[in-house]
Amino acid sequence: MPPSASKPSKKRSKPDSATDPVPSASSKKKSSKEMDGTDQLFNKYANTSSGVIDPEGIEKLCSSLKVPHTDIRILMLAWRMKAEKQGYFTKAEWRTALKALKVDTIPKLKKALPELEKEVRKPLNFADFYAYAFKYCLTEEKQKFLDIETICQLLDMVLGSTFRAQVDYFVDYLKVQKDYKVINMDQWMGFYRFCNEISFPDMTNYNLENAWPSILDEFFEWLREKQA
Amino acid sequence: MYSGTIIEFEKGWKLLETGVSKITRILEEETTSETPVDPEQYLGIYTTIYNMCNQKHPYDYSQRLYHKYHDVVERYAKKTVLPSIQQKHDEYFLKELSRRWDHYKVFVKWLSNFFTYLERFFISQRNYPSLLEVAMKSFRDFVYLEVQANAKDVVIALIDKEREGGEIDRALLKNISDIFVQIGIGTIERYETDLEMFLLQHTASYYGRKASRWIQEDSCPEYMIKSEESLRKEKERVTHYLHSTTEPKLVEIVQKELLVSVAKQLHSGCIELLRDDDKMDDLSRMYRLFSPIPKGLEPVADVFRLHVTREGNALVKQAQDAATNGSVGEEQGLVGKIIDLHDKYMVYVTDCFQNHTLFHKALKEAFEIFCNKKVAERSSAELLANFCDNLLKKSGKSDEAIEATIDNVVKLLDYISDKDLFAEFYRKKLARRLLFDRKVNKEHEISILTKIKRLQGGQYTSKMEGMMTDMEVGKEFQKGFEGSLPAKPGGIDMAVTVLNSRFWPSYKTSSDINLPRDMLECVDAFTSYYGEKTRMRKLRWIYSLGTCHVIGRFDQKPIELVLSTYQAVVLCLFNNAERITYQEMIEQVNLSHEDLVRVLTSLSCAKYKILKKEPVSKTISTTDVFEFNSEFTNGMRRIRVSLPLVDDRKKVVEDVGFDRRHAVDASIVRIMKSRKVLPHQQLVSQCVEQLSRTFKPDIKLIKQRIEDLITREYLERDAENPQIFKYVA
Repeated sequence: MPPSASKPSKKRSKPDSATDPVPSASSKKKSSKEMDGTDQLFNKYANTSSGVIDPEGIEKLCSSLKVPHTDIRILMLAWRMKAEKQGYFTKAEWRTALKALKVDTIPKLKKALPELEKEVRKPLNFADFYAYAFKYCLTEEKQKFLDIETICQLLDMVLGSTFRAQVDYFVDYLKVQKDYKVINMDQWMGFYRFCNEISFPDMTNYNLENAWPSILDEFFEWLREKQA
Repeated sequence: MYSGTIIEFEKGWKLLETGVSKITRILEEETTSETPVDPEQYLGIYTTIYNMCNQKHPYDYSQRLYHKYHDVVERYAKKTVLPSIQQKHDEYFLKELSRRWDHYKVFVKWLSNFFTYLERFFISQRNYPSLLEVAMKSFRDFVYLEVQANAKDVVIALIDKEREGGEIDRALLKNISDIFVQIGIGTIERYETDLEMFLLQHTASYYGRKASRWIQEDSCPEYMIKSEESLRKEKERVTHYLHSTTEPKLVEIVQKELLVSVAKQLHSGCIELLRDDDKMDDLSRMYRLFSPIPKGLEPVADVFRLHVTREGNALVKQAQDAATNGSVGEEQGLVGKIIDLHDKYMVYVTDCFQNHTLFHKALKEAFEIFCNKKVAERSSAELLANFCDNLLKKSGKSDEAIEATIDNVVKLLDYISDKDLFAEFYRKKLARRLLFDRKVNKEHEISILTKIKRLQGGQYTSKMEGMMTDMEVGKEFQKGFEGSLPAKPGGIDMAVTVLNSRFWPSYKTSSDINLPRDMLECVDAFTSYYGEKTRMRKLRWIYSLGTCHVIGRFDQKPIELVLSTYQAVVLCLFNNAERITYQEMIEQVNLSHEDLVRVLTSLSCAKYKILKKEPVSKTISTTDVFEFNSEFTNGMRRIRVSLPLVDDRKKVVEDVGFDRRHAVDASIVRIMKSRKVLPHQQLVSQCVEQLSRTFKPDIKLIKQRIEDLITREYLERDAENPQIFKYVA
């Protein structure tokens, strides 16, 4: 049986040292110029010994871009480059993102951010981005859960601007309840579906008999009680 | 006889007319002495007609004779029959009609006799309507149509009179009814449209009025008696003077007016009847009355179900209240009361409601509701298991009584949804009974297991049966063990029961406890014997379940003490020391603090003070000092110093909860493996159904297990529709 598509990717690539790909003959001058620009930019922020951009480097990048460290756009950038490890960008990943955005300098990158955001917020992409956000935060091999604290922060970052009320209430709930200490991917995705499908705050179209994850059933009942 | 001469029509007819007049006159006079036509005259007429039919053209008078017959009949009907009827009224009218009808039939019969030849040849050749048919049509067209409306009215009036208690001429009505039937000439339509239809309408309004009056004046039982009586009378009526096809229609109308229209009031009357204990007759009547009505019994069954539920709930509430008020043991009585309730209402089902499935179902549903309520935190499964325990421990009841109660218990078990919980509690109690009680009534124990097995299946009782077998096997093994020993190890008689861990409840091992040396010798002896006799088995010693008989050499007299092994081990310490502190004790014996406290309480603060405790108090503290109480004595030569049991109820509930999670997981995986793709609600309902034999799974639990299985990658949600799950191989 073919493996299911939704299994989270378990690969963790080791930080590799950059190798220049062989430029094609026809676009030699242009692509190598781009490549140089991209690589140069990479080297500006990368840790020289490990060869990857580490958390410090990302912080520097953020200040260059004048974007807060915890801003969603950095996460979007990570998504664009399909970064595998939270807090680290490899050279290959860096190249992927910057090539896709067609930028090679900081000012250009900064200008490209709104475009990137628009791209990510398209419904088809956003679901993928939302799932990515969860996986990105998993640190250990075979880890399947994120703790409540992380979830609350992540929800705020990722959905705060579009579903402010739902996120606020849900975060409140997560903080007071005692049954769940961690959240898994199914519950994480469930909340996204909840935000999209259920009218809020009345929740009149929510049905306890449907296959909503139990945590959302309990959230629903908790909220109902509060509203009474 | 054929004569050569031609008979002229007029001449021949004249002869006929004489015959006709004679018949008419005789009928009129109603004398029976004179036969209408003597044989000679008859033959003469017959032959004349024969001849007239067989003469050669143009003297062949068949057609004319046929018409003449028609005329005669018509004339008779018009001129003789009808006027005489029309002169009369009411019942006399009817009587005259009946009389005239009889006469007419005779008249036609004789006439037909004359014209038999015509019938046989001419009529059948030409396929004309038969003589009888012609006669009937004449009667119909010239008499019946004129009088039928009136007749119908009189008939109905007479029926009403009879309904009100009057006497009427039933034979007359039968005859009249027959007219309506026969005048249809082959169909029953005339009867139906001219008489029956009106009768039915009238009956409907008659009983409609009665119903309104009776329902106000009479009680439910009285009303039902009247209804039953009315139905009986109407059926009788049909038998006596109406056509049989009227019966179902009439019955339906009466039922509709008397029962269906006031069903609601009767059903609430039923509630009252159920409350009273000796209204079985009335309830039976209600069943009889409503059973032929389509969907008539369902509401009655509902009332029954609600009533039984109410009664059951009251019993449960009683027990719950008693428990909150602090009276202990009230819950025990509850099971007995529920059994009595079941017996009582089962009688209703078999006697009043004739074992109808609707009522069996109602009873079952009612019991399922209140049998699953908790009393003081205890589920009904636990209560029932306790009840069984008491039942099987007690002697004093006759064997039959015990077996009867066992039957009841098994029935009750069927109503309880937490069957797995019952099995666990039962197993624990059974273990205690088998290991501690000297008198185990094997027959009853086996009987109850067999009966439970019959209803719940072999898997349900397999562990308990295994326990019983272990005891038997153990006895045999023990004999072997004793036979193998040259002398008693440690000078002690020791009996060991080996329990198969698959069947018996799980117990904590107590191999950490420090046994006195002579006991240790016994243990070793058995362990090596067991090792010789078996392969690949590991023994775990559970001293907490053991019993010891110890001789206490008190000052006054020695007394045999029956103790648990733990108690014996503690006491044996005093063989070597006079006074022992708690701390010393716990070090030497190596029991847990809780266990040691229990043991010391039983030996120094309870009924028998085998040990003296300093300071004297009701509880054990870690600074206490203990001393052998040599002054202790008792009238008996042997006493049992009981060690109270640890309440492991919580553990049982926990264990069952654990098993249930596994069962739900297994069920979900099984279902998904076979269906591959399934929507959420169907998965849940199938899971509930699969497990229903053992317990009623909580929907929330199922949901949680589904989510767990998603995380463990046994299932996944469908990408398009998250309400649907897919199996992941």
